[in-house]
Amino acid sequence: MTDTAPVSSAPLLEVENLRVHYPLRGGLLRRVVDHVRAVDDVSFPGARGRTTGLVGESGSGKTTIGRALIKLAPITGGSIRFNGTELTTLSNREFLPFRKRVQMIFQDPFNSLNPRMTVEAIIREPLDIHFPKQGVAEKRERVAGLLRRVGLEPDHMHRYPHQFSGGQRQRIGIARALAVEPEFIICDEAVSALDVSVQAQVVNLLQDLQAELGLTYLFIAHDLAVVEHISDHVLVMHRGKLVESASAEEIYREPKADYTRKLLDAVPRL
Amino acid sequence: MKSLLLEVYRRPLGRASLFVLIALYLGALFAGFLATQPVNSQDLAHTYHPPTPIVWHDGGLAVPDYRVVDKSGPRYERTGEYHRLRLLAPGFEYRLLGLLPLQRHLVQPVDPSAKVYLLGSDSTGRCVFSRLVYGSRVSLLIGLVGITITLFLGLLVGGLSGYFGGRIDFFAMRGVEFLMAIPSLYLLLALRSVLAPRFNSDQMFVVIVIILSLIGWAGAARVLRGMSLSLRRRQFVLAAESMGQSPLRILRLHILPNLASYLLVAATLSIPGYILGEAALSFLGLGIAEPASSWGLMLSQAQNIKIFMLNFWWLLTPGVAMFVTVIAFNLLGDVLRDIVDPRMKTQ
Ligand SMILES: Nc1ncnc2c1ncn2[C@@H]1O[C@H](COP(=O)(O)OP(=O)(O)O)[C@@H](O)[C@H]1O
Ligand SMILES: [Mg+2]
Repeated sequence: MTDTAPVSSAPLLEVENLRVHYPLRGGLLRRVVDHVRAVDDVSFPGARGRTTGLVGESGSGKTTIGRALIKLAPITGGSIRFNGTELTTLSNREFLPFRKRVQMIFQDPFNSLNPRMTVEAIIREPLDIHFPKQGVAEKRERVAGLLRRVGLEPDHMHRYPHQFSGGQRQRIGIARALAVEPEFIICDEAVSALDVSVQAQVVNLLQDLQAELGLTYLFIAHDLAVVEHISDHVLVMHRGKLVESASAEEIYREPKADYTRKLLDAVPRL
Repeated sequence: MKSLLLEVYRRPLGRASLFVLIALYLGALFAGFLATQPVNSQDLAHTYHPPTPIVWHDGGLAVPDYRVVDKSGPRYERTGEYHRLRLLAPGFEYRLLGLLPLQRHLVQPVDPSAKVYLLGSDSTGRCVFSRLVYGSRVSLLIGLVGITITLFLGLLVGGLSGYFGGRIDFFAMRGVEFLMAIPSLYLLLALRSVLAPRFNSDQMFVVIVIILSLIGWAGAARVLRGMSLSLRRRQFVLAAESMGQSPLRILRLHILPNLASYLLVAATLSIPGYILGEAALSFLGLGIAEPASSWGLMLSQAQNIKIFMLNFWWLLTPGVAMFVTVIAFNLLGDVLRDIVDPRMKTQ
């Protein structure tokens, strides 16, 4: 690759040697006795407009990677470049614009929406942060448009989260993530808590949105079948390390790591 | 908030306790209007006067006339005469809500020298009913003010240390544990006796509230810390953080509203503690002092053995009032918790 390559062909996200080690404290003085190597020396690209799947069993460090990307996990070492900008050295203030460009969709649809806020307030929250000058009417218009876009009714905006089903709540979470027109969305087990039929609907919605808006996804799940279905490129994690990185077809055809083979064996074949 | 009130209203127990409390607080607000006599007007010729029932006599409201038959008791009997009463009649001067000078009262005798003792009179011939309504101001206000201070301090210390964690949390919680380790009765008595010479009777009211809430806030802080710690780990708070929301607005938008129902329930259920605390202090002679009136003070003055021997039951009405108030707050708190709890669960 040469330096003159146009920016758009370079990956939107480049993660190199990322490490997140949580200190383990023990004893009376709460001294650091050891570390949990939640993420250990992980490198991968996130191709622009594509979906990178991240799969691995529970506790393998997938969530930690997603959180490290948006400064919600303490980064021990390595580098994260977003559109060419090094993120790990930015101060909180300098990082704020990236909190608009990168959004997250959470696992638990029952937990990721504040039960005391109306749907309108929930979806408006990122707008209030990143577009403080926008008027109320304009924001409401945008919220209505977003609700329509994710397959809900605009007048749902006056309701509270507990009045919706799991799938509908996840759509509200997606609308919130889309509100500030992000380029990159981290979907952390975004469909894992849903019924299979609802899973398919939400995955389809995510794929439609990607085609329409040119979004780049990091799609995290513990279920290889779902990841394989939506992803262009699949990363397999095991105990904090990346054990396989290949295109979705390759993973099925010739898995290199033993661990990937184990995961594949667990997937029901049709 | 409006729907919460509606749901309380829909439950019989909630409605009943709400009505009782509203009536009590209205009574306290309009104490001057309800009282038939000034709070401290003594009449040594009419000590331990029995309650005068209001009857319909000769086409109007009236109270029977009594005369002393045995001065040592003292014992009274009806003379058969009646004193005419008038509604909304002028009487002694008072200030409505502490501001507006007024003379109108709910009932007054037509003849100003006639004695109206709706709940009898005490050892110095003061009207128990009038003292009861005036005393309710202290007893009912003390709970509200006390719980406000307690929850404010608890929220400030507990909420912040739960949210930020780390060193702030460590020191705040050690401080709280220190406060909780001191036996509160001794602290109360010590503080009270140190402060007593510096304050007059009116200020003592404020001092007692402050002492009670300074002792009470530590427990609230611990609970609120735990709640804000667990809320902080919820995904909607992570979501807010991930989109760049400031800590202060996270506290205001996400933590506080989710604590609000707990605060409401805790407040309702803790108010009786303050009411009883004031009563206990006044009973020990450490609380509200004469010439002011409070239910605790009135009860402490009803400790005389004579009152039990001669069945002057009306002097125990402050205890009944306290009982009713405490039960009403507890019932309302239970109803609120029943309503709020299933909704606090989001899973
Ligand atoms: N805040 C934390 N402090 C200490 N250890 C943590 C923390 N968060 C996660 N871990 C540990 O890091 C490892 C990876 O966790 P996680 O990224 O949540 O895995 P996954 O999302 O793949 O299930 C686990 O062993 C977990 O216990
Ligand atoms: Mg996870």
